[in-house]
Amino acid sequence: MDRDHLLQVTDLKITFKTEEGELTAVNGVTFHVDHGEIVGLVGESGCGKSVTSESILGLLDGKRTICEGEIRYKDRNLLELPESRMREIRGNEISMIFQDPMSSLNPVFTIGDQIAEAIMIHQKAGRKEALKRAVEMLRLTGIPSPERRVSEYPHQLSGGMRQRVMIALALSCRPNLLIADEPTTALDVTIQNQILQLIKSLKDELNMGVLLITHDLGVVAETCSRVLVMYLGQIIEEADVNDLFESPLHPYTQGLLKSVPQLDGDRKRRLHVIKGTVPSLRNIPQGCRFAPRCEYATEKCREEPPHLEAAPGHNVRCWHFDAIRKGEISRAASNES
Amino acid sequence: MLPQTSHDNGDALLVAKDLKKHFPITSPLGKVTGYVKAVNHVEFTLRRNETLGLVGESGCGKSTTGRMVLRLIEATGGQVFYKGKNIFEMDRREMRKIRREMQMVFQDPYNSFNPKQRIGHSIEEPLVIHNIGDRNSRMEKAIELLHKVGLREEHYYRYPHEFSGGQRQRIGIARALALEPEILVCDEPVSALDVSIQSQVINLLEDLQEQFNLSYIFIAHDLSVVRHISDHIGVMYLGSLVEKAPTDELFAHPLHPYTQALLSAIPIPNPKLKRERIVLTGELPSPINPPSGCHFHPRCPHATERCKTEAPSYREVGSDHFVACHLV
Repeated sequence: MDRDHLLQVTDLKITFKTEEGELTAVNGVTFHVDHGEIVGLVGESGCGKSVTSESILGLLDGKRTICEGEIRYKDRNLLELPESRMREIRGNEISMIFQDPMSSLNPVFTIGDQIAEAIMIHQKAGRKEALKRAVEMLRLTGIPSPERRVSEYPHQLSGGMRQRVMIALALSCRPNLLIADEPTTALDVTIQNQILQLIKSLKDELNMGVLLITHDLGVVAETCSRVLVMYLGQIIEEADVNDLFESPLHPYTQGLLKSVPQLDGDRKRRLHVIKGTVPSLRNIPQGCRFAPRCEYATEKCREEPPHLEAAPGHNVRCWHFDAIRKGEISRAASNES
Repeated sequence: MLPQTSHDNGDALLVAKDLKKHFPITSPLGKVTGYVKAVNHVEFTLRRNETLGLVGESGCGKSTTGRMVLRLIEATGGQVFYKGKNIFEMDRREMRKIRREMQMVFQDPYNSFNPKQRIGHSIEEPLVIHNIGDRNSRMEKAIELLHKVGLREEHYYRYPHEFSGGQRQRIGIARALALEPEILVCDEPVSALDVSIQSQVINLLEDLQEQFNLSYIFIAHDLSVVRHISDHIGVMYLGSLVEKAPTDELFAHPLHPYTQALLSAIPIPNPKLKRERIVLTGELPSPINPPSGCHFHPRCPHATERCKTEAPSYREVGSDHFVACHLV
């Protein structure tokens, strides 16, 4: 195993205990994040992308979930770390930005207090010093007149401002790893743009590794250097951002890219559709998980689950990716049975 | 039905003039202390069988505009002419008739159904309200509608929680179609859906438009989706239309600085594309206290002295291309 990675997740399996039995939300997920890179984690709702990120920070309820595998950060397996040690890391070395800034800030404390609290806890700074650093962090995120803003409450700020406060809060202890879960989904495009630029420039400044979770392929293309595509609890394709968008290998990735309306595309053409819907975790297909919706699926796909295989510039979980790429398999194959 | 000629395509089905909505701000004792000017001087024409897209950032008044057109909220001022008649002057009886012809598809397919009602009954409800048919014919109609939106007969008996988001949005569309309307106001109909489901619903809306000669007002913030489905696009900023043009014209020649910035901000799924970004500074101002002159001037990269004091008029600058900017 490569020791140089900032974060190495190996064979992660997350199971929820529910009244109707156990549900495996994430199964066999392996990836890494390095210093100074933004890795995109893409997938539709229910694919396990948020659960994966929450498990890294140990935010899942231990009574109801079972996390197996390894999440290695700085030679420690975070899954085995006691809660007291985890608290030293969480918000300090690894921090997170959540999707919804409205509900992630405490409405009864000023934003200055909330940022200063993190600094006081983790960096053993005094209150005055912490508040001063809070102002600096807010300035870094581009909030105008931060000296005044520190004494305001979350409700006094707009959505974009609140998301900046969340970023300031997440970065206040200069983390090594930032997990951003849909950081711009609740924001408008012009503001989204500003926030993504901000995350990019702060990443360079602090040499952070960033795991960016999103469903927006446009955001991925513009900010990430590497991309992981998840489907129903598994990574089905992993590639450099250019390779992924230029030559997606997995039929699911291909379908996703084709179903987004293109700004320079022909407006009269019908949009590509991935037939069917994501199956429920209760009845995961036994073979390839994407097979029931796949245009190329064969008998083999329906029976045997494929492994993540190395292809030039990619890792891909598909039995037929090579044949599809070379055009040796046709869509008609799906009518075989 | 008579064949559609190009002349018919130019038919104005719905014309909105000088639409205004000001929400009062009241003190705890009920005294009006000010107004949120949610919509100001909005005007547009919806032609038969066409789609008018309304885009803009949250709080720009696009949803309020859509709701005023259906009189789901009463306008503060202005007129909406539907087939030549001002619907704001209609009494309840007349309005009830018109309502059958204008329906709405809501953004959130999770909250727009009664969780305790079988979805078949939800689809039938508009028919019950308008006293159409008997129990059997309504049920037939509901099942026919389910087929139309790509669902099956057995779904009639299910409850909303048994469906996925995409399916629920299909049911929402089926319900809106129950009264055979002419106009559908779609308020962010796909923004709550996943990418692969989104394209299914967009295709469905396009098919239905062709099949039933529908006209859409399509409200959304995702410009690539709006571009795909709309014939005309109106761009709103802080309660006003700042630009409106045929879709291809708007994307090829955006004239208003806000439209230009908005178009350049759309993330494009192509990592090799390096674009000149127009980065807007600042945030959307509050509609309680909008900036003087042109509402966009504090964020506009080209603002002049005149923009700070004088509000630009909304005027036609090219064929069907309207813009409100001093510098155009």
